Amino acid sequence: MKRELPLLLTAIIGLFMILSFFVPNHLVSVPADFLQQCAVIMVAFGYVLGGANALQANLESIARRQQDWPYKIVLVVSLVGTVAIGIAEGRQWQDSDRISMFLYNQVYSPMQGTMFALLAFYIASAAFRAFRIRTVEAGLLAVAALIVMLGRVPVGDAATNWLPEPLHLGVMQDWIMNVPQNAAKRAILIGAAMGVMATGLRVILGIERSYLGGGD
Amino acid sequence: MNVSHDLGIWVAALLTLFVFSFLYKDNPLYKFAEHLFVGVSAGYYIVLNFWTVVMPNLIDPLVRTFTGVDPVTHAKVVQVGGPFAGSIGDYRAWFLIPGILGVLLFVRLIGRGEWLSRWPLAVIIGVYAGLKTTGFAHGDLVAQVQASLQPLWTGDLWTSFNAIVFTVGLVTSLLFFFYSREHKGALGVAARTGIVFLMVSFGAGYGYTVMSRLSLLIGRFQFLIEDWLGIK
Amino acid sequence: MNLSALEKLDRRWLFLLMGLLTLIPMFFPLGLAVKPTAPVIAFHDTIAKLPNGARILFAADFDPGSRPEMVPMMKTALRQLFDKRCRVVVTCLWQGGSGIVDETLEAVVAEYRAKGVELVYGRDYVDLGFKAGNEAVMVLMGAGFVSAFPQDQRANATASLPIMREIRDYSTVDLLVNIGAGYPGTKEWVQQVNSRFHLPMVAGCTAVSTPEFYPYLQSGQLKGLLGGMAGAAEYERLRNEKGSATRGMDAQSLAHVFVALCIVAGNVVHRAKPKGGRA
Repeated sequence: MKRELPLLLTAIIGLFMILSFFVPNHLVSVPADFLQQCAVIMVAFGYVLGGANALQANLESIARRQQDWPYKIVLVVSLVGTVAIGIAEGRQWQDSDRISMFLYNQVYSPMQGTMFALLAFYIASAAFRAFRIRTVEAGLLAVAALIVMLGRVPVGDAATNWLPEPLHLGVMQDWIMNVPQNAAKRAILIGAAMGVMATGLRVILGIERSYLGGGD
Repeated sequence: MNVSHDLGIWVAALLTLFVFSFLYKDNPLYKFAEHLFVGVSAGYYIVLNFWTVVMPNLIDPLVRTFTGVDPVTHAKVVQVGGPFAGSIGDYRAWFLIPGILGVLLFVRLIGRGEWLSRWPLAVIIGVYAGLKTTGFAHGDLVAQVQASLQPLWTGDLWTSFNAIVFTVGLVTSLLFFFYSREHKGALGVAARTGIVFLMVSFGAGYGYTVMSRLSLLIGRFQFLIEDWLGIK
Repeated sequence: MNLSALEKLDRRWLFLLMGLLTLIPMFFPLGLAVKPTAPVIAFHDTIAKLPNGARILFAADFDPGSRPEMVPMMKTALRQLFDKRCRVVVTCLWQGGSGIVDETLEAVVAEYRAKGVELVYGRDYVDLGFKAGNEAVMVLMGAGFVSAFPQDQRANATASLPIMREIRDYSTVDLLVNIGAGYPGTKEWVQQVNSRFHLPMVAGCTAVSTPEFYPYLQSGQLKGLLGGMAGAAEYERLRNEKGSATRGMDAQSLAHVFVALCIVAGNVVHRAKPKGGRA
C-alpha cells in the first residue's frame, strides 16, 4: 500500500487536471485550482529541501575530511550565512539596500554569468578539435552552421553585399531558418509532443513509476 | 578610464576574474569562487522560496484563517463561511494539506519513513502530468499540425517552392522518426531525405548555440570594461 | 611546418585568441550595420499597433546567466511599452531571476522619471516578483493574478494595488510579452496560456532556443520573435537605440568568424594528418 496509494493519487489528480482543461464548470475548476496551488507550494518546499540536502551532503564531506573539504566549509558558511541574513531581513529582504541583494548582485549574479561565459571558450576549442566533417550529412550540418553563424551577424551581410541579393549570407540564413530548419523543427516538435503525451499517460496510468523511488 | 570606486563592483569583478582563471587551469581561486557560488545560490533559493511562496501562499492564508488577522496589514479579517469554506484563490484551512505534504518531503533527509515523501511527489507528478499532457497536445500537436495544412501553390513561384520544400521536409523528417518499420524502399528514401532536413536544422541550431554562448562572454567583458574599469 | 602538429595545439591558445577577438572590437568598434529581420520587425510592430494604455503581462523568465541577451531586449520592450503609456504587470518564474528583472525594470522606469515622465508603481506598473511552480503558476494565473501572487516583489499585498484591480486575469490582458531564457519560458507560455486562454503573444529568447520557436512564429502562435543578442540589437536598431546589444554586435561578428575558421582549420589540419594515424 506504500506504493499503490500514491500511484492511485497520481492517477486521480492527473486525470482530474486533464478533465479541468475540457470542463470549465466550478465543480472541476475550483479543486483543479486548489491542486495547482498545492503544486506551487510543494515545489517551493522541494527547492528548500534541495538546499537542505546540499547542506547535509557537504557537512558530511567536511566531517569525513573528503577531497577539497576546506572549500566545502566555504560552501556551508556561505549557504548558512545567506539563509540567516535573508530570513533575518524579513519580508523586505529584496529591497535594494539589503545585504541579501548585495549577495545577489555582487556574488551570485556575476559568478553565474561568468560560469556560462566560460562555455564560449570551450565552444571555440570544440569547433577546432571535434567538429569533423567525415560524411555528407556532417557536411550539410557544417554548411548550414557556417551560413547561419555568419549570416545572423552583421559581418555576414557586410562580407557578401557585393553579391546578388539572394546570395547575401543574411538572406540565405533567413531562408534556412524559415524553410528547411523550420520543417525539421516542426517534425521534432510534433514528435516530442506525442512523446510527452505518451509519457504523461504512462505516469497517470501507473505504468511509469520510477519517480516513486525504490523500496516497498 | 575611470575605475569604479564601488566595493560591490570590485567584489563582482574579482569573482569574475577568479572564475575566468579556470581557463588557464583549475586553481584555488576558481575552487573558492565555485564553492562560494554554490553556497550562496543554494542559500538564496531557500530564502527566495520561503519569502515568496511558503509565506504568502501558505503561512499567511493559514494565519488569516486561524487568527482572523492579516499578518501583513495587521487588519482584522472576517471570513464568511468558516475555515473550511473554499472558492477560487481562497482555500483557508485547506492549505493545511499542502503544508503537511510539503513537510513530508523532508522525511527524505532522515532516511526512515522515506515512503511518506511519495505522497507529496504523487500530487506534484499528477498535477504536472495532467498539465503537460494537455499543454503539449493543444499547444504543440494540434496547433502545429493545423499550421502545416497550407496550400502548396500560392500563386507565386518562390513561395510555392518554399511551401513544397517545407512540406517535404516536415513529412520526411516525421517519417525518419517512424521506427516501427525498417527504413528500406520508399520509407528508406523518405527517411534519408528527412535526415538532410534534420542535419540542416541541427547545423542552424549549432550556429545559434555559438551565438548564445559568445553573447554571454561579451556581456562579462562589457561588465569588466565598462562598469569596473570605466572605459566607455 | 607540419600542419598535423597543430592538432595537438594547446587549447589555451584558442582561448586567448577568442578572448582577444571579443575584446578588441570593444575598444575599436567596427561599426557594422545591423539589419532588422522579419521576426524582429513583427515583434516591434505588434507592440506598435497596440492602443495607448494597453494592458500588458510581461513575463520575464531569465536569470543573470543570460543577462547579455535578455536584459537589452527587456529594456527596449519596456521603453516601447512605456512610450505608449501601457500598463505593465511583470512576473518571473525563474529561480534567481526576480532580482535582475526588478533591477532592469527600475532602471527603465528611472530613465522615464529623469525625463519628467511620471510612472507610478502600483498604478502604471507592478513587479509581482518570483513564484515557483512553472506551468502550474501559468494556469493558476488564469483564475486571477492575485491568487497566484498574493504579494509582490516589494512585499505589498497585490490586491491593494490599483493596477491589479484592472489587470486581474488573462481576459483583462491585451498582450503577453515573454522574455524567456529556457524552461519555464516561451514554450510553456505558448502551451499553457496562448493556446488555452487565446492570449496574443510575442517573445524574446536566447539564441540557443530561437530555432525551436520558429514553428510557433510560422503558426501564428507567436506574433513576433527576438532571437538572442542579434535579435536584441535589431530591435534596438528599429527603436533607434544604441544599447549593449548593438555595442556587442562587432565583437559577436568577429567571434563568429573565429569559430567558423576554427571549424574549417580543424578539418584542414585533420585531413593533413598522415593516413593510419589515430583519429
